[in-house]
Amino acid sequence: MMLLVVTLTTFAIFFMIPKWAGSDPALLFVGKQSDPEAIEGIRQKLSLDDPLLVQFWHFIEGLFAGRDYANGNDVTHCPAPCFGYSFRTEQAVWPQLTDAMPVTLSLAAGACVLWLVGGVTAGVVSALRRGTLWDRAAMGVALAGVSLPIYFTGLLSLAIFSYQLNWVDVDYQGITDDPAMWFQSLILPWITLAFLYAATYARLTRATMLEIMGEDYIRTARAKGLRERVVIGRHAMRSTWTPILTLLGLDLGALLGGAVLTESTYNLPGLGRLAVTAISNKDLPVILGVTLMAALFIVVANLIVDLLYAVVDPRVRLG
Amino acid sequence: MKPLRSSRSRRIAGAAVVVGALMATAACGGNKDDDKSEGAGFNAATKGIANASTKTGGTLKFINKQDFDSLDPQRQYYGFAWDFSRFYARQLVTYAPKPGKASNELVPDLATSNAKITDGGKTYTYTLRDGITWEDGSPITSQDVKYGIERIWAKDLISGGPAYLRQVLDPDGKYKGPYKDKSKDKLGLKAIETPDAKTIIFRLPKPNGDFEQMLAMPTGSPVKASKDKGAQYTNQPFSSGPYKVQSYKPGKGAVLVRNDKWKKASDPIRPALPDKVTVTLNSNLDAVDELLIKGDYDVFLSATGMGQAGRSEALKQHKDNVDNIETSFVRYVDFATKVKPFDNVHCRKAVFYATDYTSLQTIRGGPQAAGDIATTMLPKSIAGWDEYDPYGVIERTSKTGKKYKEAMAAARAKAKDELKQCGKPDGFSANIVARNDQPNEVKAAEALQAALGEVGIKLQVENIDGASSASITGSPSVMKKRNLGLSMTGWGPDFPTGQGFEQPLIDGRFIQQTGNYNVSETNDPTINGLFDKALKETDPAKAGESYKEINHKIVDLAVQMPFLYEKNITWRSSRLTNAFSSAAYNGRYDYSQLGVVK
Amino acid sequence: MTDIEKSGTAKPAKLDKPETTGDLPATGTALGEVAAAGSPAPTAFLEVRDLKVHFPTDDGLVKSVDGLSFRLEKGKTLGIVGESGSGKSVTSLGIMGLHTAGQYGRRKAQISGEIWLNGQELLGADPDEVRKLRGREIAMIFQDPLSALHPYYTIGRQISEAYRVHHDVTKDVARKRAVEMLDRVGIPQPDKRVDSYPHEFSGGMRQRAMIAMSLVNNPELLIADEPTTALDVTVQAQILDLIRDLQKEFGSAVIIITHDLGVVAELADDLLVMYGGRCVERGPAEKVFYEPQHPYTWGLLGSMPRIDRDQTERLIPVKGSPPSLINIPSGCAFHPRCPYADVPKDNITRTERPELREAGSGNHFSACHMTQEERTRIWTEEIAPKL
Repeated sequence: MMLLVVTLTTFAIFFMIPKWAGSDPALLFVGKQSDPEAIEGIRQKLSLDDPLLVQFWHFIEGLFAGRDYANGNDVTHCPAPCFGYSFRTEQAVWPQLTDAMPVTLSLAAGACVLWLVGGVTAGVVSALRRGTLWDRAAMGVALAGVSLPIYFTGLLSLAIFSYQLNWVDVDYQGITDDPAMWFQSLILPWITLAFLYAATYARLTRATMLEIMGEDYIRTARAKGLRERVVIGRHAMRSTWTPILTLLGLDLGALLGGAVLTESTYNLPGLGRLAVTAISNKDLPVILGVTLMAALFIVVANLIVDLLYAVVDPRVRLG
Repeated sequence: MKPLRSSRSRRIAGAAVVVGALMATAACGGNKDDDKSEGAGFNAATKGIANASTKTGGTLKFINKQDFDSLDPQRQYYGFAWDFSRFYARQLVTYAPKPGKASNELVPDLATSNAKITDGGKTYTYTLRDGITWEDGSPITSQDVKYGIERIWAKDLISGGPAYLRQVLDPDGKYKGPYKDKSKDKLGLKAIETPDAKTIIFRLPKPNGDFEQMLAMPTGSPVKASKDKGAQYTNQPFSSGPYKVQSYKPGKGAVLVRNDKWKKASDPIRPALPDKVTVTLNSNLDAVDELLIKGDYDVFLSATGMGQAGRSEALKQHKDNVDNIETSFVRYVDFATKVKPFDNVHCRKAVFYATDYTSLQTIRGGPQAAGDIATTMLPKSIAGWDEYDPYGVIERTSKTGKKYKEAMAAARAKAKDELKQCGKPDGFSANIVARNDQPNEVKAAEALQAALGEVGIKLQVENIDGASSASITGSPSVMKKRNLGLSMTGWGPDFPTGQGFEQPLIDGRFIQQTGNYNVSETNDPTINGLFDKALKETDPAKAGESYKEINHKIVDLAVQMPFLYEKNITWRSSRLTNAFSSAAYNGRYDYSQLGVVK
Repeated sequence: MTDIEKSGTAKPAKLDKPETTGDLPATGTALGEVAAAGSPAPTAFLEVRDLKVHFPTDDGLVKSVDGLSFRLEKGKTLGIVGESGSGKSVTSLGIMGLHTAGQYGRRKAQISGEIWLNGQELLGADPDEVRKLRGREIAMIFQDPLSALHPYYTIGRQISEAYRVHHDVTKDVARKRAVEMLDRVGIPQPDKRVDSYPHEFSGGMRQRAMIAMSLVNNPELLIADEPTTALDVTVQAQILDLIRDLQKEFGSAVIIITHDLGVVAELADDLLVMYGGRCVERGPAEKVFYEPQHPYTWGLLGSMPRIDRDQTERLIPVKGSPPSLINIPSGCAFHPRCPYADVPKDNITRTERPELREAGSGNHFSACHMTQEERTRIWTEEIAPKL
């Protein structure tokens, strides 16, 4: 249901706004030499003259049942789930999405793991060494991480590690094609994206940890005679995950935004880059497809977070 | 959650330290391994042929930021796509594979010779070569050529490409394209006849001296009807050239491999040196430059010049790998003559005198990266160009230091004088449009703003979205409504003649209500008449005389103010062979000639 | 048997150099003197000597416990009574060694004195040795079982974890032990409830579980810090009964810390009343109850809820608020709140800190400048009739 609303909204936005702004999508596709007839032809091809709801209905129909497109000499069948054909590249949208999705997933998942591990570790150590040089240094780096934009850290790391030191090759490879290259090509993007988020998590972990270390049950754990390592690693960490997961749920939604910049900087053929290209081309079918995928991504990510939530916090499980 | 307890200044200091550390690390990596082979020399490919060679093999690797507009030859309009499509698409005639201006000459490709022009320039007849084949080995016929050209009549599906052939062969738009063609062979276009598989005859309703130029564009390529996928032909164009498209993924790149059915004997143009041609797209322009310098790629496909960082690194450390090419692009300012006070020629001339050309050149990157100062609209490589400079621009910009200041002061005095004649002795206010996706245009508009301010012309810079420029600068009513008197812009030729460059820009009969390019709305009978005269002429030199007159007339009327003949800094990999800048392809290397084995 | 003795120093104590805290009268039958710090190992099961716990803060040094001594024998129960902030809980945490464990950051608690348990001194011992004692030899029950139990672990897991720290057994064995303990503390269906989370238990059940957890290793010393404060009145009684029964069964020494004299009235063998980080009165429970020798104790007795009294009458609260532990009032720390501060002559309550002196009979000690006669008169004539 939510997906449907997202689709309709996207649809409306990309159909209505150009109309209000007085620009015609058809004009964008006609090329340098336009004549009214050519514009009209394109309008028909793109079904831009149909009412919005009719266009929307055709789109939904295509998603579930597939659609036929008149195309030159013959009719092309676009099997379900049919997101239509790109206005610009004339390619079916669905395969483009399925091509781009694993890239973004790889990026997001890897970065997520990295920033959780890095951010939480730094946060814990900072909390336990509160006020020390380590704490200040870690929080300083964290601040830099939050404040520095991806295109800055991204370009810098590219310049250092790829161009100058030649440590990594940044040409993306699918994980199934070449796992080693896949990993290598994603290291820098992971670090760049993770750096941005790790900072927030380090700060959150630090604050949470400080709070939790003052909890009664931590005192209880110590009173049992548990080693400090166990007290922190087990009892304190267990509680720290809850706010981290909450934040993670929110961040996964916003992650696509970070992925856009990261993908552009590192030339990763993922959803973010597809979205940027599609938007600059006003390529509606692709924009719709990406938006739906992104919505799906967010829904699934939040579902996972919710499930994890229940694993972490037994009170949620029953409630 | 408790907030972190650290003062704001301390945080800022902390961040500064981190940034500083990163910078220092970046700076340390400056030393590069210098063991790679040397380039052929600075400007080796603009002065002649860099690394001439006939050795075959290897993979020619292009890199680009921008994707192809299409691989479908009938739908391409990007200059680099035209240059590139010759790997897999042939035409009846094409541009000579020669360096510089000599490339503007048309030479036979699929045809045995250039057209036999009869009937007072209205009939063009070609005979096809023997041995020309498609990638499946079947022969390329005159019907295939006709079918390919017919596709551009299907405006709804085959959109995007130039419409010259359609406008010249069927100005009334009677034909509806092959997909709506009721005839059995789908070859219903009357203006093209194919009496046999080897002969093709074009019948023009009225002569156009540049008709062969239009056939040389990729829109003139043959398409085999049975392989036509309509709009989706772009994804797998059927090859008539030495390479075929093995894969093309929008947003990622393309791989071309040898077409083993292509016979070298049938093709006088293409040496087909590399075994493979790849195009890799990279969304990060700085990365593109770095990867080129690193040696991972050979050529920047769109050849729009290196970025500032890449440029300075290349010129400092690898000057032998650099060409300073002339792009046939002209940077200029359009005067909307229907917007006050630019309806008055004196107010326009005041701008000519008050403009500080050197500052415009400098702000776009200086003589090497931006180009030479222009005084007329036609690019230097096109017939009709001459050194015409009624406003004394060259004279004043050739001076330096104190003398330059004096010359500018004198020019400003003239500008004041023109303002007086315009009835605006104290100057006036006006708006200039600049496309925000072209940062150089915005910067140039701001430089112009500063210069015109000296004589009391208060310029307001209006940034517009590049993608929607067609509905702003392309719409005379919008220009007038929004009081946009000036437009900072640039233009390159579709084909290297006066018509191919400037007819849409200045011929009054090309003014349109949407998608207009004659922004100045110039509708001068003399200019229009000169175009008619030039089009009838089949001798390029004679046509050039008319274009020269048009060219002079434009600056005399002061409706367009050219200021730069664009140049840029282009990277040429050390291993690249047979590289030369081709005027016919806007100064790019003639891609069909390149090789990678010395 | 609890042995309580004189401990408060007359002069301001220096922490780095503990001084002798008083003379050492011969040990009486029930209550003996606690030896000064630095004396040879005691024979008592638990002996605390001149314990000081100070916390440095931005505002100054907080002297939470400032020279406390007492003694406790196995099988006996000591009640430590006082207002919040009197140093009761800090004392218990000090015995547990929990002031040094988990001190992150720069400011650590400063502790001095001696704590002897079974002939072993704890404050100077290897922290890891002390850790091994925690939970096994000394166990603790906390005030609020909801916050003291980890919300994300099952009860069973928390109990068996406590067992497995000190016993090298499998999870199954530990789990059986947890069920057994839950059964022992009166949790119905222990084999099922062992997998419940704390939030699924009622308040009383949680405290039972907490007790089960603390007793899982048969500790020799059990410290119960306000074990019933967070509970309903009816449940309070059950929990106190439970603690008493278990003490009988396990033979442990028990310290019950409370602000409520009623809680310890029936449970404790000995009582220790704390005020401002020091002991103001100590002695056998019945003596402290029926012949209290310190005005503060009178106040506590007066504010004790009693079921046989009417609501309006029974509370004679101690006026004023507890002293600042940074600037402890000069002289007798209680004098600003003491209605009888002017009874002793020469304004002595404001200038001189009263020593802990034998008062009444039978190892009953009190730190008050009033004479025995004055105190007895005030108690019998003015206070007792109102209670």
